[in-house]
Amino acid sequence: MGRSLAYSSCEKESSGSGTNAGGHAADQMTTRSRFEEGVRAGVGPGAATFALGLSFGAAASIAGWGTALTILFSMLAFSGSAQFALLTTLPTGNAGAAIASAALINARYVVMGIALNDSLRGSRLWRAVQAQVLVDASFVVAYRGAGLFDIVRMAGASVPQWLGWVAGTAVGVLTRPSSDLLHDTGADVIFPAFFLVLLMEEVRRSLRALLSALCGAVIAGAMLLVTEPGYALLAATAGALVGLLPEDPVGSGRDQASGRDEASGGDEASGRDEASGGDADGTPGSSA
Amino acid sequence: MRVALSMLAVTVANWVMKASGPLALGHRQLPRTARRIVALMAPTLLAGLIVVELGDPDGGDLNWTQIVGVVVAGAARLLKLPMLLAVLCGAAATAVLRLM
Repeated sequence: MGRSLAYSSCEKESSGSGTNAGGHAADQMTTRSRFEEGVRAGVGPGAATFALGLSFGAAASIAGWGTALTILFSMLAFSGSAQFALLTTLPTGNAGAAIASAALINARYVVMGIALNDSLRGSRLWRAVQAQVLVDASFVVAYRGAGLFDIVRMAGASVPQWLGWVAGTAVGVLTRPSSDLLHDTGADVIFPAFFLVLLMEEVRRSLRALLSALCGAVIAGAMLLVTEPGYALLAATAGALVGLLPEDPVGSGRDQASGRDEASGGDEASGRDEASGGDADGTPGSSA
Repeated sequence: MRVALSMLAVTVANWVMKASGPLALGHRQLPRTARRIVALMAPTLLAGLIVVELGDPDGGDLNWTQIVGVVVAGAARLLKLPMLLAVLCGAAATAVLRLM
């Protein structure tokens, strides 16, 4: 199903126009199809997350964290960077410092949560609950242009990643695979490769997207020399300040479309999908 | 107990990080300028993630086999391969290089 139809339905849903039985069924169908689309998009990063979970589980087992506790931690926290940070820092010193380090490494979620807010519905509390499905890859997969996100799609994309993370942790903590095995199979390529193919689609949108990506890469690279990856990522989000620049001529068509979207509630991304026909594999590709 | 409490603290902190934006803003919409910044958050974050994934946090040399794999995945995508297949091509290329 085309995403434009899905989003039209989404807008109806939010404006309360789909109140009859037929409209309700259609809304449920499109919600379901958007969720399924998200699940398909999350399979690639889910595989990468499984590999990371294996490493985490094995390392936690060696550190003597215990099987059940480690798996429960992965189920509830669902945060590779914070969990790895705690695993690395807790044995070396003060627990408070270790917790602060692990928590702050995810400070980018504050920025991303603010970015999501316009796309969330309901009360503050319900919005906060919806934001819990946020993880890096899902944030990108859910982006639909004009500063808006498809939260249903984001939730769908997070499901395979959560399953991969928890399953990977469980297998890792129980079997303790050697890090050489993961290295030899090229598992460490999956995440950056996935991010690259998503980025290739993103930077086609406008010069500003390309410029902000370059700024983000340079900032992350520079910060990585002096700090942890989580902080480097947080600093990299400053690259998005390129959005303060005047609109670029190349992306002006898109930006004008975005302006219409903001006014009408339509979406830019759906137009992109209709033009490209979407991906054969159902992954976000041009729609991300 | 120390480990369990630390896990709990990190878990709760993670939930709070994700919830803080929506809790603070509620129904208020971002101003137009902020939306233009938000619109660029995805490509910026993606580029940062690639650098962080490829970089060595210990300041050591870059892993060239990993970089080749990522480039192969990008090239495969340019050749219109489906996303998942392109990513797997990249991983396979790195695995082959490491076997050699």
